[in-house]
Amino acid sequence: MSGLLRLALKLLLSDRGKFVTLVIGITFSVFLMMLMTSMFFGIIEHSAANIINVGAKMWVMDPDVQTPQNSIPMPDYVLDAVRSIPGVEYAMPLYIGAGLVHLDNGTYQAATVVGLDDATLFGRPTLIEGNILDIYRNDAFIVVKDPSYAKLGSPKVGTTFEINDHRGIIAGIGRVSVGSLFGLPTLYTTYTRATQDLPSTRYLTSFILVQPKTDKDIPVIEAQTKKIGYLALTDKEFIARNDSFYEFQTALGTNILIMTLISFVVGLSIAGETFYMFVLDNLERFGALKAIGAKSSELVQMILFQSLVVGFLGFGFGVLLSSALVAFGKLRIPNYAAVITYQNLFMALVMVLIISVISAYIGIRKVIRIDPFDVFRG
Amino acid sequence: MILTVQKVNKWFGEEPARTYALREVSFGLDFGEMLYIVGPSGSGKTTLLSVISGILRPNSGSVTVEGKDIWTLDTDALADFRLHGVGFVFQDYHLFPRLTTVENVAVPLILRRVPWEEGLQKSRKILEIVGLSGKGELPPQKLSGGEQQRVAIARAIVAEPDLLIFDEPTASLDGDTGKKILAFVKNNILNERRAIVVVTHDDRIYEYASRIIHMEDGRITDHTGAGQ
Repeated sequence: MSGLLRLALKLLLSDRGKFVTLVIGITFSVFLMMLMTSMFFGIIEHSAANIINVGAKMWVMDPDVQTPQNSIPMPDYVLDAVRSIPGVEYAMPLYIGAGLVHLDNGTYQAATVVGLDDATLFGRPTLIEGNILDIYRNDAFIVVKDPSYAKLGSPKVGTTFEINDHRGIIAGIGRVSVGSLFGLPTLYTTYTRATQDLPSTRYLTSFILVQPKTDKDIPVIEAQTKKIGYLALTDKEFIARNDSFYEFQTALGTNILIMTLISFVVGLSIAGETFYMFVLDNLERFGALKAIGAKSSELVQMILFQSLVVGFLGFGFGVLLSSALVAFGKLRIPNYAAVITYQNLFMALVMVLIISVISAYIGIRKVIRIDPFDVFRG
Repeated sequence: MILTVQKVNKWFGEEPARTYALREVSFGLDFGEMLYIVGPSGSGKTTLLSVISGILRPNSGSVTVEGKDIWTLDTDALADFRLHGVGFVFQDYHLFPRLTTVENVAVPLILRRVPWEEGLQKSRKILEIVGLSGKGELPPQKLSGGEQQRVAIARAIVAEPDLLIFDEPTASLDGDTGKKILAFVKNNILNERRAIVVVTHDDRIYEYASRIIHMEDGRITDHTGAGQ
């Protein structure tokens, strides 16, 4: 480290009160920003749970469908039409709906029911108990062991229950990578049983899952599907569509954005004000340095360095604090939807850099304007 | 001749409210001289000090230091001139209270990109010269007024400049301490490779001057010789 930066660091660290206030201010700001954005990303991830858990390469749906939770059933011929598109390796129907489970204690619990293609069971969960072939037994369901599992009374293999006035039996217990957004337990069964047992509209197929032969076939499948009046999306496109819905067509994105901006402004206010006070306190010394022979560019370098040191420290502590809280939340609160991704880390880092640069700029303006003649005038 | 000042004028504001701080000021300074600039408040002493040290640009006239007209230099070159050619002792010292004494002394070396440890080592030696060995690790506020003045002097000479500028060096000191400091400066800091300009209105220390310039209303009104 150059002597000039070391001098800057010494000046910064020696004013302990302001240094601590600066770091706390930015830590608090990063903590809030990280928490807000991690909640947002967590909600978005959970809202795309079905897309991620089923794991199909392409999804065919009604063009008005925005999220996997709100499907518009399609007639059976669509499945045949999709299967006939060149480039389709195979295609299978998927049912996603809601059922009402009557529990032993007399209460009712809504559950998401996923009906898998009978022949392939494509998109099935990983089993942790039971045998997947048991799904073909009469009335068989596989229950997902996620934070909502307890809402069904923590059923075991062999537990019987009622769903929409039909008998059901737990044939296996599975796990999925992402839990559902709305905290509903999830039951998997065959497509046939799901469409028989659950109240249905005239059409039954919620989605058609497609495996293209190669990635080059994807645009062809999308174009051909569009010709028959439906929409084919890759899993990533469907996740992006789902994200976009929650970001822009619900108040969720706007509210989180506002809260994130407020956190940014809080951080900027604390850091900007305190850093300005720090520069004011040292203004005479900066003037003396200028008189002795420091160039304005060197003073700018010193102030920017001080500001970035505070910014990075605040960022580190903020990330640490928010990560600890998210980890604690995930341990203690079922369905806690918060996830720290590279995206929100990067976003917080960019915001901290902006806070640091603006705070430094406020001080720099003052320092650049100091006339070393003032040092003589006193 | 280390310093030549020729027909320097400096004014503030515009006509008709223009105030003249310096009017046709001319003088020279040789190596080994300690020149005092004295006069009442508002006579232009501090303005003259700023002009000859490359801090305040005059409106006309020239200031030549070691053969170079400093006011032909751009801002960065002027900063370099001050860093390499001039040592400052400010009236209020302007020491960094949160740096140690030795770190304060090393500031001009740090600005000259001398490595940190090397700078501190040299500064410790300078502190010995000014009689403050053993006090290098203390913060300056733990030192007496006279000691702080010595730290400021150490800072001014650490980079070995040819021209030293003292602004009211005894203003914050009692009479005895002020005299001791100036005696010390004359006997230990001034040499044939260096010249010192002192702005003061403390007549108790006139005896240490090689020459005295009297100023009034921005003009030099009198030149007097050593100890007069």
